[in-house]
Amino acid sequence: MLIKQLSIFLENRAGRAKDVVGHLADNGINILAFTMADRAEFGVLRLIVSDTDKAIRVLTEAGFVTVATDVVSVPCSNATGSLSKLMTLFADSNISIEYMYAVYDDNQARLILRTADMDKCLKLIKDNNLE
Amino acid sequence: MIWNNNKETMPIEERRALQGVRLHKLVERVYHSVPFYRAKMQEMNLLPSDINTIDDIVKLPFTTKKDLRDNYPCQLFAVPRSEIVRIHASSGTTGKPTIVGYTRKDLEVWSESIARSLAAFGVTAADTVSVAYGYGLFTGGLGLHYGVERLGATVVPTSTGNTEKHIHLLRDLQISTIACTPSYALHLYEVIIGLGMSISDFNLKIGIFGGEPWTENMRKEIEQKFGIKAYNIYGLSEIMGPGVAHECECQNGTHIIEDHFYPEVIDPETHEVLPDSVQGELVLTTLTKEGIPLLRYCTKDLTALHHGVCACGRTEVTMDRILGRSDDMLIIRGINVFPSQIESVILDMEQFEPQYQIVVDRKNNLDTLEVHVEVKKGYYTDDLNSMMALKKALSAKMKSVLSINADIQFVEPGSIERSQGKSNRVVDKRVLK
Repeated sequence: MLIKQLSIFLENRAGRAKDVVGHLADNGINILAFTMADRAEFGVLRLIVSDTDKAIRVLTEAGFVTVATDVVSVPCSNATGSLSKLMTLFADSNISIEYMYAVYDDNQARLILRTADMDKCLKLIKDNNLE
Repeated sequence: MIWNNNKETMPIEERRALQGVRLHKLVERVYHSVPFYRAKMQEMNLLPSDINTIDDIVKLPFTTKKDLRDNYPCQLFAVPRSEIVRIHASSGTTGKPTIVGYTRKDLEVWSESIARSLAAFGVTAADTVSVAYGYGLFTGGLGLHYGVERLGATVVPTSTGNTEKHIHLLRDLQISTIACTPSYALHLYEVIIGLGMSISDFNLKIGIFGGEPWTENMRKEIEQKFGIKAYNIYGLSEIMGPGVAHECECQNGTHIIEDHFYPEVIDPETHEVLPDSVQGELVLTTLTKEGIPLLRYCTKDLTALHHGVCACGRTEVTMDRILGRSDDMLIIRGINVFPSQIESVILDMEQFEPQYQIVVDRKNNLDTLEVHVEVKKGYYTDDLNSMMALKKALSAKMKSVLSINADIQFVEPGSIERSQGKSNRVVDKRVLK
């Protein structure tokens, strides 16, 4: 399933991540998943939240550069080998993954994925009944 | 030692007569062959016949860096291109460099000026000199190089870039003399110690330092650490390159080679000529230059002049160390950098906000240059690779314009203070102790 992720540009400076999550907490927005991509002097904080539109509004008003990015969320059963099977499907279809992170929710793991060709990725998920 | 006794110890009045004759000839030359100067003189109702003694120089127009830019690349050349045998270039205030051309005679005068400087530092034909200024368009490397050859010493064209190799050459060839920026010398010392070597492994005796401002304390530090005598050399490419002025063994002022480069010090605001010992902007006239002769060129370097006879025997005027500028030019690793150059690169790329901050620092005796920029909102992307590619593109453009590497830092939009003036754009953390 296609979902919206927030990508927030942050300078590598003490307290910046705290500022972001503080604003979300103050506005009653729940964080469902997150990951931090890091370069020497800046990073991108990637978040899946309970209310994306509200989060963008709140963070933009607070001066953060916040971009909504399409990502794919795929269930992955909590069993040995299931991630391997999923990755094999992607590899066989020649879909390269830009980044990926995992979230554990309701006794089920989900993968959040960003691929070079999102249409191809969605088709693969549909064709293989991965939802 | 004095290289050219006749010129360097000439009685002052005799030199003033010579300067007057040379100035008259110079004005004749530029009036007839440089349209820019003819127009300026006509505007002021001046004819070459009005300029007969060196005191008449005050009647002449000033020349600025802007004039060089407006006449880019070669419109101030006073000879046909066929007579130019060498071109050098230095930073302009925007993307365009300042181009200077030399005739064969100009190169002879330049080598002679360097030879005079080297002799004043005590360099002899028996010495070996490592020239660790950049070779290329920059005048430092090649300027020193031919002066060392003129003197008859051995030149090692080390250039810049490979400190360890340089150290091995200094030790293995038992090199006696090194020419570089003073901050690089201090860096060199740290690397030598870091490599587990001792200064007693070396045979260094004389250091020739210039290209950036330095202080008496830095001189003491360098002299103590290396066990050498450290001397100041001064120059700028618009006038010639290094060798416009040099210290002598007395180390109490920098002698200007004034039979070729006539100095005045003016108030940078009113352009009024200032008396001895009063600090102002150094103005130089190239009395004998053929390729690109300049009348009363405003260097923006702040100093004061002192006339009199030096204990070394030279009768040439001395100037104080240059410790400031009347403009915003930065000297980073000996290279001139104008904030406006950095700005022009940023404004040329639509992905960046016009706000920026330049941070200059000195770490381990090496100058560092950081440029903080804000990416425009529409150009932010979740894709870090394309953000890094954008950073690389800006870095490459900076390098091509500045000739030195700038460390580009992306900062959050709105985080750079929106200021009115340009001065706040630069933070120079270097402290000259």
